[in-house]
Amino acid sequence: MELLTAIEVKNLSAGYGDSMILENVGFYVKPHEIFIILGGSGCGKSTLLRHMIGLEKPISGSILVDGTDIITCADMDFCSVRRKIGVLFQSGALMGSMTVGENVALPITEYSGLPAEAVKDIVKIKLKTVGLGDYEDHFPSEISGGMKKRAGLARAMALNPKFLFLDEPSAGLDPITSAEIDDLIISINETAGATVVIVTHELASIFRLAHRVIMLDKEAKGVIAEGRPQKLMNESDNPKVKRFFNPNPEKANKSNGV
Amino acid sequence: MSDEFKTAHLESDSRFSYTITETGENGVLIRFKGVLDNHTAGDLLDSISSEISGRSPRTAAVDLSEVTYMDDYGAAAVHHIKRITGTVGDTFQIREPYPENGRELLDDPVFDGKQPELLEKKRRLGPLITRLGETTIEETKHLGFLLVFIGSVVMAFVKIGANPKKLRIGDTIDHMEKTGVAALPIIALISFLLGSIMAFMAAIQFRQFGAGLYVASLVGFAMVSELGPIMTAIVVSGRSGSAYAAEIGTMKIYEEIDALTTMGFDPTLFLAAPRLIAAFIVVPILTLFSNLFAIFGGLMVGVLMLDLSAVTYIRETVEVLSLKEMAWGTGKSAVFAVLIALIGCLQGFRASGGAAAVGNAATSAVVRSIFFIILFDSLFAVIRSL
Ligand SMILES: Nc1ncnc2c1ncn2[C@@H]1O[C@H](COP(=O)(O)OP(=O)(O)OP(=O)(O)O)[C@@H](O)[C@H]1O
Ligand SMILES: [Mg+2]
Repeated sequence: MELLTAIEVKNLSAGYGDSMILENVGFYVKPHEIFIILGGSGCGKSTLLRHMIGLEKPISGSILVDGTDIITCADMDFCSVRRKIGVLFQSGALMGSMTVGENVALPITEYSGLPAEAVKDIVKIKLKTVGLGDYEDHFPSEISGGMKKRAGLARAMALNPKFLFLDEPSAGLDPITSAEIDDLIISINETAGATVVIVTHELASIFRLAHRVIMLDKEAKGVIAEGRPQKLMNESDNPKVKRFFNPNPEKANKSNGV
Repeated sequence: MSDEFKTAHLESDSRFSYTITETGENGVLIRFKGVLDNHTAGDLLDSISSEISGRSPRTAAVDLSEVTYMDDYGAAAVHHIKRITGTVGDTFQIREPYPENGRELLDDPVFDGKQPELLEKKRRLGPLITRLGETTIEETKHLGFLLVFIGSVVMAFVKIGANPKKLRIGDTIDHMEKTGVAALPIIALISFLLGSIMAFMAAIQFRQFGAGLYVASLVGFAMVSELGPIMTAIVVSGRSGSAYAAEIGTMKIYEEIDALTTMGFDPTLFLAAPRLIAAFIVVPILTLFSNLFAIFGGLMVGVLMLDLSAVTYIRETVEVLSLKEMAWGTGKSAVFAVLIALIGCLQGFRASGGAAAVGNAATSAVVRSIFFIILFDSLFAVIRSL
């Protein structure tokens, strides 16, 4: 039986030390959806993402991923949800002491039970998908920032995860590479049916990818808008949402012919 | 009105000059002329403050009518004159007209001294009592972290016990090489020198009583039971304990450990276990080498200074070293190895923040492990005397 919600966040309050970053946040992600988390810098997008993958303990609230409580799951040794999750960190987070190929091989060796040669083949396939076929033997310090992002993406996709969490996959990339990554995300979503949760600022990516978005806000400490990006852009009354989609109102009005 | 004109032409930038005039009773008027920007502001303040120092004018006024251009540095310099002259509020005045682009810069609320409220942030410097309290709370938190860490280490070894494949053998061998093989030359050199110094000092004393032969037993006994284990442990903590902390700390701040966690790896099992096992195996071996080289150093001195024969020296050394003594020393060094690796890894996992955090982790790993090595050594001495 397929669950109606792939991820469900309920009454989540989160923060560091004494400072509260998110208060009473609730939303859900549908299966096979590309779901984007928006918001200004420092509003808590990465924080929210870290909670959704069980890296951080919330002050209160609960998060269900694939029907399993990720918070209690994080404490357990064997947690089957973990295997279904792929994560790309904002900084790439490749192991500096391993080559790009070894990084991608890490989860494959651990979980697939394949012999080393077969693992190597899979690594090659994954790296080719992100356009890094020739860089298997390079160390992370020997490749550029954008390439690190792509290698991180290859590692996140290594186990063909059911859930893919991406923190700013195309930040700092040129428009062409960024569009290629967008294509890649769409194809993972369409062919493998993965549920994808993305944090991003890129308007182009948002309109290309998102089935649904939520927008976080620093002052509100939570979600201020939710829905399809087109709809939010055209219909939202919230000035902050309007500003985000039309950072330059006069120009936007002209081009829209308003 | 008495006029005392002084004109300073600033050498660094001749586009700018100023004059200081005395006005009314005990007041100064400073007239600026030219460009007042980030190139001129620093020299300007230097030269004005040296001229004004000593006087404490009651009022100060600034005339900017001949300033052709100013930027925020210029505005800050103008307002700094308040501090130089010690005038506040109404006694300081910027005369109209303002320079063309200067009004907004000069009226910036920053210069009122009323800054916007900073975001709540832990204030580092409070009164002593507060700081003492904060430090205590902080250390208590560390204690919690320590307990969790030790728990996770135990769990990691339980897992390895259940399934030895979980241990990353390649990494373990790697660390054995880095911690052990690579340290051998320096350990050998230091031990050799230490042994010869000890023998040399002892020889000077013992020779007076014709008891030169006892040099051999002194060097052998001191090295095997105390100095060998301690010296090796200190060298290893400086070489490898700090490296463990720095490596793991770097992985922590670059989210690599988070990435491991999300991939379902246990960071303790993945990172700490190989280091612990490697240290546990190689440090006792290093200690044995250290003893050997020290005895060899002693032997050199014995043969050259005391005219002992090598055979006599070795026989004397072997006599004093019981198997129990050897086991005791080696056992101690294994405990020191565990301390070094545990503290190094712990400090690494605790690092958070930026590059400085990694440096701090490495430093505190060394300092703490040396402290604990000495502490445990004293405990062992007490235990043994019971
Ligand atoms: N480890 C931490 N300790 C304390 N405060 C933190 C920590 N990480 C983040 N914060 C605070 O939490 C807030 C949200 O940070 P977060 O990284 O989630 O922002 P973000 O929305 O991802 O921003 P960006 O778009 O710049 O990546 C910030 O105000 C930041 O100061
Ligand atoms: Mg972020």
